[in-house]
Amino acid sequence: MTKSVGHYNYEPKDKAFLQERIAEFEEQVERRLKGTLSEEEFKPLRLMNGLYLQVHAYMLRVAIPYGVLDSRQLRKLAHIARRYDRGYGHFTTRQNIQFNWISLEDAPAILRDLAEADMHAIQTSGNCIRNVTSDEYAGAAKDELMDPRVHAEILRQWSTLHPEFTFLPRKFKIAISGSPEDRVAARFHDIGILARPGENGPLFRIFVGGGLGRTPVVGQELFDGVPEEELLATLEATLRVYNAFGRRDNLYRSRIKILVQTIGVDAFREAVKAELEKMDISHYRLTKEKVAAIRARFAAPTLDAPDGGTATLAEQMQRDSVFARWVKSNIHAHFDERYCIATVSLKSPGEIPGDVTDRQMDGLADLADRYAFGEIRITHLQNVVFGHVRKDQLYDVWQGLMALGLGAANIGLAGDIVSCPGLDYCSLANARSLPLAQKLGSRFGDMELQAEIGAMSINISGCINACGHHHAGHIGILGVDKRGKEFYQILIGGQAGEEAAIGAILGPALTEDETVEAISRMIDHYLSHRDIGESFLQTLHRLGKAPFKEVAYGSV
Amino acid sequence: MALFKLRKCHPREDDHSVMLPELETHPEAQVVRLHPDDSIEALKPFLGNLSLIILNFPVFRDGRAFTQARALREYEHYRGEIRVEGHILPDQAEFLKQCGVDTVVLPEGSDVTLWEEQLKRFSFSYQETFFSKTPSVGA
Repeated sequence: MTKSVGHYNYEPKDKAFLQERIAEFEEQVERRLKGTLSEEEFKPLRLMNGLYLQVHAYMLRVAIPYGVLDSRQLRKLAHIARRYDRGYGHFTTRQNIQFNWISLEDAPAILRDLAEADMHAIQTSGNCIRNVTSDEYAGAAKDELMDPRVHAEILRQWSTLHPEFTFLPRKFKIAISGSPEDRVAARFHDIGILARPGENGPLFRIFVGGGLGRTPVVGQELFDGVPEEELLATLEATLRVYNAFGRRDNLYRSRIKILVQTIGVDAFREAVKAELEKMDISHYRLTKEKVAAIRARFAAPTLDAPDGGTATLAEQMQRDSVFARWVKSNIHAHFDERYCIATVSLKSPGEIPGDVTDRQMDGLADLADRYAFGEIRITHLQNVVFGHVRKDQLYDVWQGLMALGLGAANIGLAGDIVSCPGLDYCSLANARSLPLAQKLGSRFGDMELQAEIGAMSINISGCINACGHHHAGHIGILGVDKRGKEFYQILIGGQAGEEAAIGAILGPALTEDETVEAISRMIDHYLSHRDIGESFLQTLHRLGKAPFKEVAYGSV
Repeated sequence: MALFKLRKCHPREDDHSVMLPELETHPEAQVVRLHPDDSIEALKPFLGNLSLIILNFPVFRDGRAFTQARALREYEHYRGEIRVEGHILPDQAEFLKQCGVDTVVLPEGSDVTLWEEQLKRFSFSYQETFFSKTPSVGA
């Protein structure tokens, strides 16, 4: 069998492990049905197998480790959407996929189908270390310092059924990037890791205690320059401090960010160092040999495109202005001049952000096989990426996407809206978020208008748990419940990345339609008051939030 | 009281057990019971006499005992028996064993076969732990 590009290829022991895990889950379901396992006891066990109980049905969240799939796996997801769901799936902000209409009895069978393609739903939920996320341009981007995926896989294996850290105070999310651009929002994770090459192997900068949710916090640097062989020891020590001292008496105060805030990052660092001093480091050493063994199970693409692709692409852009606009917004520079990175928008105007049908999944798998080494990446902004596309074949890819209804030219623009599933599915939500996302998507649907507005991120969460990362959006929207009615709070000025900042609340909450109008007026205000070349955020920083508040509430 | 052995060992009686604060006045004690928030460091001066340390799960979701067990084995090199009691599920058997726990006080009405099966369930673990036979990541 040829190896898949971009992710770890399972060996027999990994396959056996999945079967053992499914057998365990099957037995747990049986005990639950017999009544020997209470719902209170069953809940954390099913959650650690990705199974949630939502408003209308069970939801299964399937892990996509570091966001990378091969075409065989994407076809398997299409099959699951068709056979067990209503013909579609929903990509999440943590690079996973959710199926919203699952029955409990089908769950073991779905897990078996997934295992056929070396996939699982382990630790996509529950108070454990969740699926590790990574940079969607990993191993392809021109600005990358090192490909973080080998280490992401090491973290996946290390965290899988970790004997000490499977019953933590609360969920624990880790992201890793190898780019100075921090495309993973490292500072908004429980642990965020930025990897870079050093003289004697990789070095890691580790942030701790970031997160959104009820208490949004920008993570703080725990260590810089952690050598590769100490990576796992450092994480063990950090988790150990959290497991011992994180609060367990209050659900909303139990994330690691609260512990770090309470004792301060310096005291937290000292506690981690004290653990490290007591630990037998040799026991946790991540040796070069271990890393090499994991690396050997990754395949790299053979980049052998003929020269001249750049000229072909330029000609095609000249001939077709719609294509040219798509190239401008959806393409990112590849380290090999003959290739590019293409982002497929799952945000066509009026559609639900991140939703994809079985037919589209099959179509994307076919395109990936033909043009992208069979590799598909899911982004934390709920889009899809082909990592290595020949420039001279980009036009064909785009035409294929147009045929699938996936040709929107809006990556990083106003239509590229991030949204949680909201009250339509989620039992935690206070308000629906999808209809609002669809209305805003339609309002800014015109691709020319979006290009004119420029860089813009709109994030919508249906409740304070912030799955739509509303604090991190240039414009954030939070659904709230006011005496049984759905209202929306607007935030502005948030951003992820190197300059991470938390958005500020603009004013009183508005109805759904008022929210759409208020955001339109804010964007109009930006367009009419910006200096040449100024982005929305730059204009906001120059003018302050007061004038935006005025126009939003219609008092001018 | 039914006791389940996670590995071959000779469990001892838990008579004359004391709580951590009582060790000061009973330094000769051989059996101690810990709360999940008790520090292993505080146990240090008394470890020489102790032959049974009993950790507690107020609820199975409270995983602090896992860290306590590992601290005892890895930091203090404690070789005596570690036992857990409280609200514990058979689904946690392998985790307990990997963290260095020897015995479990089975909750009322437990099915021992579930505990036995759980220990045979996985052919390997991805981590290197106190009791792991197979090495981890990449090996």
